[in-house]
Amino acid sequence: MRDTFVKTLVKLAKENKNIELVTGDLGFGVLKPFWEECPDQFTNAGIAEQNMTAVAAGMALEGKIVFTYSIGNFPTLRCLEQIRNDCAYHKANVKVVCVGGGFVYGSLGMSHHATEDIAILRALPDVAVICPADLVEAEEAVKAIVDYPGTVYLRLGRGGEKRIHESIPDFKIGKAIKVQDGSKVAIFSTGAIFEEVTGANDILKQNGIIPAIYTFPSVKPIDSDVIKHCAQEFDYIITCEEHNITGGFGSAVAEVLSGLAPKAKLVKIGLNDTYSTKVGSQKYLRAQYGISDKDIAKTIIDLVK
Amino acid sequence: MKKHNKYSSEQLAWLIRRHGIEMTHLSGGSHLGAILSVADIMGVLYAEVLKFDPEVTDWDARDRFILSKGHAGASVYAALAESGFFPVEELKTHYQNGSRLSGHVSHHLPGVDLSTGSLGHGLSVGTGMAYALKKDGKDARVFVVLGDGECNEGSVWEAALFANHFRLNNLIAIIDHNHMQSLDFNENTLEIEDFGAKWRAFGWNVIEVNGNNHAELKVALESITENDTLNKPTVIIANTIKGYGVGFMQNDILWHYRFPHDGWEYDMAVSELHANKPEGVIDPYTPAGIENPQIASESDDIFNDHTFSKTWHPSYPEQMRRVEATPGSCEREHPIQSNK
Repeated sequence: MRDTFVKTLVKLAKENKNIELVTGDLGFGVLKPFWEECPDQFTNAGIAEQNMTAVAAGMALEGKIVFTYSIGNFPTLRCLEQIRNDCAYHKANVKVVCVGGGFVYGSLGMSHHATEDIAILRALPDVAVICPADLVEAEEAVKAIVDYPGTVYLRLGRGGEKRIHESIPDFKIGKAIKVQDGSKVAIFSTGAIFEEVTGANDILKQNGIIPAIYTFPSVKPIDSDVIKHCAQEFDYIITCEEHNITGGFGSAVAEVLSGLAPKAKLVKIGLNDTYSTKVGSQKYLRAQYGISDKDIAKTIIDLVK
Repeated sequence: MKKHNKYSSEQLAWLIRRHGIEMTHLSGGSHLGAILSVADIMGVLYAEVLKFDPEVTDWDARDRFILSKGHAGASVYAALAESGFFPVEELKTHYQNGSRLSGHVSHHLPGVDLSTGSLGHGLSVGTGMAYALKKDGKDARVFVVLGDGECNEGSVWEAALFANHFRLNNLIAIIDHNHMQSLDFNENTLEIEDFGAKWRAFGWNVIEVNGNNHAELKVALESITENDTLNKPTVIIANTIKGYGVGFMQNDILWHYRFPHDGWEYDMAVSELHANKPEGVIDPYTPAGIENPQIASESDDIFNDHTFSKTWHPSYPEQMRRVEATPGSCEREHPIQSNK
């Protein structure tokens, strides 16, 4: 996914000289195409995320569209106040890019797991939160946020994610994407956990259950129309995220449902308000913390049967 | 140096001090000590240095200005109002319900490039502005005024590294080095000297001046303009006195937070300003000064040492109180003798 990001950004930056990419000394072997093809639009700000983010705000206030780039929690939590005060409050055109949402850096340990970032960034006014599910959403998201005014958080996977969507002709920030129609159950997912949702879908099919599936590349602004529609149409809404259950995507859906009298019951799947203490790959950790395809399928089968 | 303002720097600095006293007096607002220490820096910048146009606040060729020590917001509000950005009358709304003049600097006012208030942000944002201006081949410069206590923040030094690395000679930091912060002297909080040597070690062009002396400030600022070959950012360490201009507030940390109350505090402060009023300035609040001002009595809290380390006596094996100065004086703090 990060390679798709870089490839797309190179293409856009060649056309728009106002686009700048600032890295916090990360991206070895990844950002090379950008610094080679757009050298005058590339900056290495060193290992200093607070300064990187505030510098980006200053550049944006001078008219640039600035992407900051780092991994895990470094471009977000490490410099949260710079995002809040310098970027968002000034509606600065800064796009904060995180490679490694969720358990991407599984074996590297808890410091490198971004599992509260959606909740925290979502709580900031004037920050859009975008979590692409696959390579197609990633490409569309990068194009969309260049044109989206103000501060955006783009939460990416790393590599290996599949092209699950064939194409998305009308990608819009704030709009969910329908993947398939179904009955009784609607699955909502955000980010790269979508690959587990497709796995769960296969298991469910074998059990005679066809859920509706939507991806939400945009957690904020959120597609409340789709949520409201599904709340009346289905018995259950299942939210899936590679993120803490507190304050994240599921909570954002719950916020839309609150105040309604929905037919659907909301079930949130995510990390159960815990940090990871185990060591292993992204796949392994997803299973350990109850967010694998099997866990998602089992939750739904138990509800429906 | 081109004159940009109807006031001289001395007149403007006096007005900033007078507004600062009135604004904190009316609102019960804090940080008067810092407003008074930085007043001369602000007066020189807005009277003679910064390029701006109050009619076209986003003029592309303007110099950018950031007051990173946002708690001294009243000083930039006063400078902007007296420079024509908004009515002077509005200064009285500082801190009030519905006002645009928050205690810390707000960019929702014309002439303000960046909201501040959390320390350690302004130099980084100014660095980003200077970097973008340089990339675009624009001549405007970026001025950032910081506090010395603010330099406790690690992000200041991140910005110092970046600005030197990218040779941002269009960036000028001015540190209001009033030698005190919140509870005590810098040296009794987190030892910061040799301050100039630290900036030099980070690659900056360092100029150290008396920051309450307009002539010294002007020479320093002119030297940067004249030095076209300089390929470094410049920091002016402006050694000031906290509370400068109101004798009993000088070197007394009480006036970091306390506002001048009705009675001797307000009367003595205003009277002392009036005794030193430059020609051609009208005090909008007490044009003729104060008749029969109240004077502090022996029982009043004046000329006392309010620093925290004066009364903090830990059993820690190293000496923690390192400097002191006479409250209400203009002297520089001096080291306390010790063999540690």
